[in-house]
Amino acid sequence: MRIGIDVGGTNTDAALMDGMTVKGACKTPTTSDVSTGISTVLKKVLSMTGVSVSEIKAVMIGTTHFTNAVVERKRLLEVAAIRLGLPATKGLPPMTDWPGDLATTLGRHIFMVRGGHEFDGREIAPLDEKEILRIAGEIRARGLKTASITSVFSPVTPIMEQRAAEILKNEVPDLSLSLSHEIGRVGFLERENATIMNACLADLSSRVVSSFHSALKELSIDAPFFISQNDGTLMTPDYVARYPVLTFASGPTNSMRGAALLAGESEAMVVDIGGTTSDVGMLMQGFPRESAVAVDIGGVRTNFRMPDVLAIGLGGGTIVRDEGMRIGPDSVGYEITSKALVFGGDTLTTTDIVVAAGLEDIGDRSRVAHIPARTVNNALDTMHRMVDEAVDRMKTSADPLPVILVGGGSILISRDLPSASKVIRPENASVANAIGAAIAQVGGEVDRIFSLEGTSRDVVLSAAKAEAAERSTNAGADPQSVKIVDIEEVPLAYLPGSATRIRVKAVGDLVMG
Amino acid sequence: MKLTSEDLRDLAVGAAFLGTGGGGNPYVGRLMAQQCLDEGLTIELIDPADVPDDALVIPTAMMGAPTVLVEKLPSGEEALNSFKSLEKHLGRKAFATMPIEIGGINSTIPLVVGARLGIPIVDADGMGRAFPELQMETFGVYGVPGSPMYVSDEDNDSTLIMAADNKSMEWLSRMVAIRMGGCAYIAEYSMSGADVKRTAVPNTMTLAMRIGRCLREAKANHQNPLDALIALMPQTLYHHARVIFSGKLVDVQRETRNGFAIGRARIDAFTPWKGTMQIEIQNENLIATVDGVVKAIVPDLICIMDSESAEPITTEELRYGQRVTVVAVAVPEIMRTPEALAVFGPRCFGFDQPFTPIESMA
Repeated sequence: MRIGIDVGGTNTDAALMDGMTVKGACKTPTTSDVSTGISTVLKKVLSMTGVSVSEIKAVMIGTTHFTNAVVERKRLLEVAAIRLGLPATKGLPPMTDWPGDLATTLGRHIFMVRGGHEFDGREIAPLDEKEILRIAGEIRARGLKTASITSVFSPVTPIMEQRAAEILKNEVPDLSLSLSHEIGRVGFLERENATIMNACLADLSSRVVSSFHSALKELSIDAPFFISQNDGTLMTPDYVARYPVLTFASGPTNSMRGAALLAGESEAMVVDIGGTTSDVGMLMQGFPRESAVAVDIGGVRTNFRMPDVLAIGLGGGTIVRDEGMRIGPDSVGYEITSKALVFGGDTLTTTDIVVAAGLEDIGDRSRVAHIPARTVNNALDTMHRMVDEAVDRMKTSADPLPVILVGGGSILISRDLPSASKVIRPENASVANAIGAAIAQVGGEVDRIFSLEGTSRDVVLSAAKAEAAERSTNAGADPQSVKIVDIEEVPLAYLPGSATRIRVKAVGDLVMG
Repeated sequence: MKLTSEDLRDLAVGAAFLGTGGGGNPYVGRLMAQQCLDEGLTIELIDPADVPDDALVIPTAMMGAPTVLVEKLPSGEEALNSFKSLEKHLGRKAFATMPIEIGGINSTIPLVVGARLGIPIVDADGMGRAFPELQMETFGVYGVPGSPMYVSDEDNDSTLIMAADNKSMEWLSRMVAIRMGGCAYIAEYSMSGADVKRTAVPNTMTLAMRIGRCLREAKANHQNPLDALIALMPQTLYHHARVIFSGKLVDVQRETRNGFAIGRARIDAFTPWKGTMQIEIQNENLIATVDGVVKAIVPDLICIMDSESAEPITTEELRYGQRVTVVAVAVPEIMRTPEALAVFGPRCFGFDQPFTPIESMA
């Protein structure tokens, strides 16, 4: 059995899973030390299911803690931001397009060094090791505890980042180091940004990981634990302590994967209806389809792959106007318990409509008895049309797919949807995040530019697949279960026939002791 | 006209639109130009009509793969080195620089050159959009030779190319760019002010800024940005624009053939549109057909935009499921003469269909 935990900004949720079955789930408020909330929710879920600690084989944790720290500019370290690439890249120094307050928080310790590679693996310049030694002295003099190293085309060859790290480690043994090739893909500024953000979280990450350890220890759980990353796969605690940035945006991924499991569907649309918006995404082979655009985190541009989610202005608190013909996009939000008609307020909301229609019994239904049937019908039509259009919009083909409804606002949708083969409302949907964490798999990814000179596309592609599979088994996947789930090939435009960018992702089940 | 940070952001959006899917994302170039403003330098545009007839103008640009450029960022010296080397070779100081290509990242490279050297940037270019090869320039179409050309990288390597014709110049310099790491910076098509007035597509920098501003203001005022854009174009040399399709992207195929990133996008109609639009791509969007009938064809612009945000979508960003609106725009007459079509018309990309202006399509 395994336990999935989701540490959110407000609540810490837990779900205890036996294989793919939910044995029990519960919530508790998140605490500032993180560990108290985790041990509370663990005790609760163990006692409600009557499962003994010795039966727990693994604990999976999803957390937004690190994202929140960057967004709030709190608990961050000053960073030595080291770049290997001169004479190239000099035109745009590190942290160029950052919000000023965040760059200042991180101290603007910028170092640019000769080095880096070309797309085909040639050196731009040999690594300037003397300069790295000088920077080590600066790091000591300025009392910095963490450094990021980003080298041009390190996703093609990481050796310069590794060599620079080796020198720094020798000179400043307690320095924590973030290497860009382990964090991001081709796209220099975005990868460098993520690496610098990772470095500033070094202290927080080791504290959070040790608070996870102590929460589990308190309950005498000695099963291994893992933390989920952006793409819904797992990392070991040691890895997270070094690469906390990889947990950014794991929340939406876990939520969608949890919904997939609850509904028993791996190819489906997920509609998460909250109080203010509905988020619509698509599951392919049980994973969210990813967005292609650059994403800002705390105002910094990154190229993390996030689930491609469409948000529309429809939730349980959305305001209804024009006899039900117009819905939203504004909502009374968290004030629904005072503003909606059924709660004694004076604003007609979508929740009032479903109560007036007799579909739900919430609050005081006599307060909506006067709403004309015409308005109720119009509003129900409009709400269903909005969700149906959003679902159709996010699909990749015209074929109908199952639609999984989750979230507190899912009461708004009572009818079938033309774009859906069926509509599924799973139980336990409010802890989909924790469930998604619990069922996470182990992944490996390759994303870089391959030179095609003197070789063929097939040879390069199978090498990339083998490497992605190997990375997932190195990360703890059962080799028997490893599958290639995604392949993307983009030839380099304006560079005749010489190179192509290939991304391959492999995932497998976690080997459990 | 002195450019502001806001102008640079508008320019980047407009340049992406005029890139018709290609030309590379102007983000890195915009940041470099912004860096110049942050240092207190001036980016000054000059109208082609105000360039003295006997003044020397040297266009500057990047050539190669934008995918490489976003990883191996420039030192900022490369295009300057090519520019100064060409000045030295010609034995004359230049009065101004100019873009060769308004679509994509090349709209921004001359801004940095102009700001660093304290010279103006001519508000004009040689493509009026984005094209994949260096001979595809109105400059060359109307008799300005591309050579002598300088190609430089970040490490003070540079090559002087003297080619018999502009196609050879393209062929030779492309190999040099690959040896330089897949991306290099060039100065070429040096010409007189009189030649600028005669051969360049005028006022395309300000056009790109107007497009960016129009989309930004329409969004801020909760108007439909696409409607605003369609209404803007008749006030420019790009005298006709219209939506030719709207729907959902259902298929994208990509392959490499003859040194081109060849692709095909298929879009299924949303009402009131009918059928399936197919767009042929060779780095840029070249031909749009619906069930075999041509709806727009190169060199007219075919722009795939996100239906909601009205952001232009590049070829590399095309993905299944996107809701898109396809806008076609008439290019200025200087780009539609028989001489121009012989250099960058449909036949130059291997298509048999004749060029038909967008405004005469059914």
